[in-house]
Amino acid sequence: MQPTHRSSRILLPAKTWFAWLSLLVALGLSYIPTGLTPGVPDWVALVLAFWSIREPLRVGMGAGFLFGVLVDIGHGAAMGQHALAYVVLCYLATSVSRRVLWFGPTQQALQMFPLLLLTQVIMVTVRLVAGAEFPGWWYFLSSLTSAALWVPLNYLLLLPQYQPVDRDDNRPI
Amino acid sequence: MSLAGHPSPPIFKQGPTPLVRLAVLVSICLAMLVADLKFRYLEVVRQALSVATWPLQMAAAAPADFVRNAAVYFATLVEVQKDNSALRGRELEAAQRLLRFEQLEEENRRLRGLLDMGASVATKSVAAEILYDAPDPFDRKVILNRGSQQGVEAGMAVVNEQGMLGQVTRVYPVQAEVTLLTDKDQAVPVQVARNGLRGVLAGAGQGRLELRFTLSGADVRVGDRLVTSGLDGLFLAGLPVADVVSVDRDAQTFAVIVCEPVAGVERTTQVLLLGRAAPPPPRPVPEPEPEPRKGRKG
Repeated sequence: MQPTHRSSRILLPAKTWFAWLSLLVALGLSYIPTGLTPGVPDWVALVLAFWSIREPLRVGMGAGFLFGVLVDIGHGAAMGQHALAYVVLCYLATSVSRRVLWFGPTQQALQMFPLLLLTQVIMVTVRLVAGAEFPGWWYFLSSLTSAALWVPLNYLLLLPQYQPVDRDDNRPI
Repeated sequence: MSLAGHPSPPIFKQGPTPLVRLAVLVSICLAMLVADLKFRYLEVVRQALSVATWPLQMAAAAPADFVRNAAVYFATLVEVQKDNSALRGRELEAAQRLLRFEQLEEENRRLRGLLDMGASVATKSVAAEILYDAPDPFDRKVILNRGSQQGVEAGMAVVNEQGMLGQVTRVYPVQAEVTLLTDKDQAVPVQVARNGLRGVLAGAGQGRLELRFTLSGADVRVGDRLVTSGLDGLFLAGLPVADVVSVDRDAQTFAVIVCEPVAGVERTTQVLLLGRAAPPPPRPVPEPEPEPRKGRKG
């Protein structure tokens, strides 16, 4: 049942509209006003990383840039702060995609953690250079919770691809 | 389109390589960051795009609103009664002061007329409520539930019943962003209420403020009240801002003066926005100095 390169399971092709819809939903989740609660996962980064690994030809750095700018506007952050971090995230996620897909979801999560941490480090570096205050170490808790959510999110976003085209008892897919 | 880390053979190559695309996008981002943080060029773009993100933001804020309202709904009767009696007492006190204030204002107007001074600054005010902390963890900012449609303007002072909280820095159609006094980049021109000594107050982190560029010999004591001086032409003069907590005169030129905000800056919900109804008069232009004449040879 593992939807990785090791398994024999064949998935349906992902639909482009589903990828963009999931990105929009992630954007909406990131707009929920949680204030300064530590450890709120970065939904947009998670979903961008997922699609950069699964469908690198459809969702890539362009989507990272677009959604980064939208997050910047919604959060009132510096314009380009999230965009820069997400572009780098999408580039790295695309470049490791073929390797990561050989592992199961838990091991994938372990490999995503450094990438998600790096996006946060980029954002902190950019703002510190611009003269902002250091937000405290709890800020980095967010990438830990994001990585922990990788497994359920992986399952959720693969659900539409699990469905068979038409039910047929003679076909095992 | 070729993928990062997986080069395709030359005959299949189309478009720029991933590294080139990365470099282009990263340089666009860096240019945007500089333009926004250094020069504030992108406010127009931000306002325009915020119209597009607006419906999504409203939808996302709905559950938070629900939780907040539910908490109010389940407040007990005893609490409400207690609150009510406290408010009645305060209203009585305020009404008495208001009567006196009206009389004084009338007197002030007449005296100003006698002395031929200009009318004192007309003010306008908007009542608002703090919705939540801004999600950007690098600043100390909050979001209000009033925006440009209700007459909020950038630069207005934000006060509660005790004193000043911050300043409106960004205005959206129905929301506004307030930079709190404790933010590192927020400065307020103040004066010591006791002797009129002027200075600049700025955020210092950890909920503290610092009176900057005040000479070590200056007459500032622990416990002094600082009020706005109104010299910037934005704030009204005389709003209480902070109390001096400690004065360290051992530093070389300037004393290190730590202050604490009068209003509970980080834990208040109901606020009032105060601004000037008319823009302040333009600053006087210094007269050009006459060209120094060449001394005649004698």
